[in-house]
Amino acid sequence: MKLVVASGKGGTGKSTVAANVAYSLSRARDVVLVDCDVEEPNLHLFFPAPATEVPVTTPVPEIDADRCTFCGECGRFCRYGALAVLKDRVLVFPELCHSCGGCTLVCPQGAIRETPRTIGSVRCSRPLPTLTLISGVLNEGEVQAPAVIRKAKLLAEGHPLVLYDASPGIACPVIETLEGCDACILVTESTPFGLHDLRLAAEVAEKLGISAGVVINRSDGRDDPIVAFCRDHDLPVLMTIPFDRQIAAVQNPGGLIGRELPGWEERFVELFRKASALQEVRS
Amino acid sequence: MIICITARGAGMDAPVEQRFGRAPYFVFVDTETGDSNAVANSLVDAAGGVGPRAAQVLVDHRATVLITGQVGGNAARALQAGGIRVYAYRGDGRVADALEQYTAGKLAPLL
Repeated sequence: MKLVVASGKGGTGKSTVAANVAYSLSRARDVVLVDCDVEEPNLHLFFPAPATEVPVTTPVPEIDADRCTFCGECGRFCRYGALAVLKDRVLVFPELCHSCGGCTLVCPQGAIRETPRTIGSVRCSRPLPTLTLISGVLNEGEVQAPAVIRKAKLLAEGHPLVLYDASPGIACPVIETLEGCDACILVTESTPFGLHDLRLAAEVAEKLGISAGVVINRSDGRDDPIVAFCRDHDLPVLMTIPFDRQIAAVQNPGGLIGRELPGWEERFVELFRKASALQEVRS
Repeated sequence: MIICITARGAGMDAPVEQRFGRAPYFVFVDTETGDSNAVANSLVDAAGGVGPRAAQVLVDHRATVLITGQVGGNAARALQAGGIRVYAYRGDGRVADALEQYTAGKLAPLL
């Protein structure tokens, strides 16, 4: 089972839901939790533990000055501006490179080869005997989040139960996270922004053919617009978490409500059961 | 010598554009013949990496001087490596005005 927790809007509680589902499931079985919010990973705050770090590299062009004739083919081909061909040299801007490899193909002299460049890392830890945490970390100033997400997902590959915490939004990192997964939980909040971005996220899941259900977090009891939206779009509301001082007090210092508040472990296990059932409905 | 001036339109009477990589037009002026040639910038709506690519356009047109409002870091590196001197024009005049000020030695080097 591969289950993604996504949201559209940031700050709705994706990590809270992912961490609590992972913790609650780990009480009875082995779980791998993957933090795919590589620009701001935060699940390690819920699960502090020593980690092993694996670097993530992407290939970038290196010019063989002896072979290059400054013909300009590579510079004209690169739509990212990563290569500027001047009269007597080629400038490479590695941070602009998207690692498509096109420059190596169009070079008539075979003067370009690719060399690895570190853009981030993946940190693996085992905070609980039955819980493995894999966190993708994109280095500051880098843009290729999907490459780090791919590596983090690869390290979890083959495990029977994997939860992925996506980044906010609906751009490439979220698509990369959702790719190949069985179902997804969309976390929202009962605000106009929450509903607006839920709509976008639901559309993405639908386009990718991934069944989705909704968690309403910080509910103030006035969830009618969201509930109506979910009804109209066949999105089951899987769980509602109230806007509650006690929950905030556990959450703020990095605590898990599934561990510290009675009844919540069972609720998060039930959330997982319902989310798993989504997949079966579709297939 | 060929001078490039960033512009909002084609020709010597067009207003100068302050941005380099996303300038709508590059006006190339040959100081020996006085001829000018406006080239539409295909990078106006590009997603990113416009600086080095715009510098490439200048190299291809054999420009050795650029007059514009401001250039970014990647563009600056490419322009410098390409031996292109850059001068700042921050006024709201036409391409011809900027060229006149450059010729009179009134523009400060940007790089």
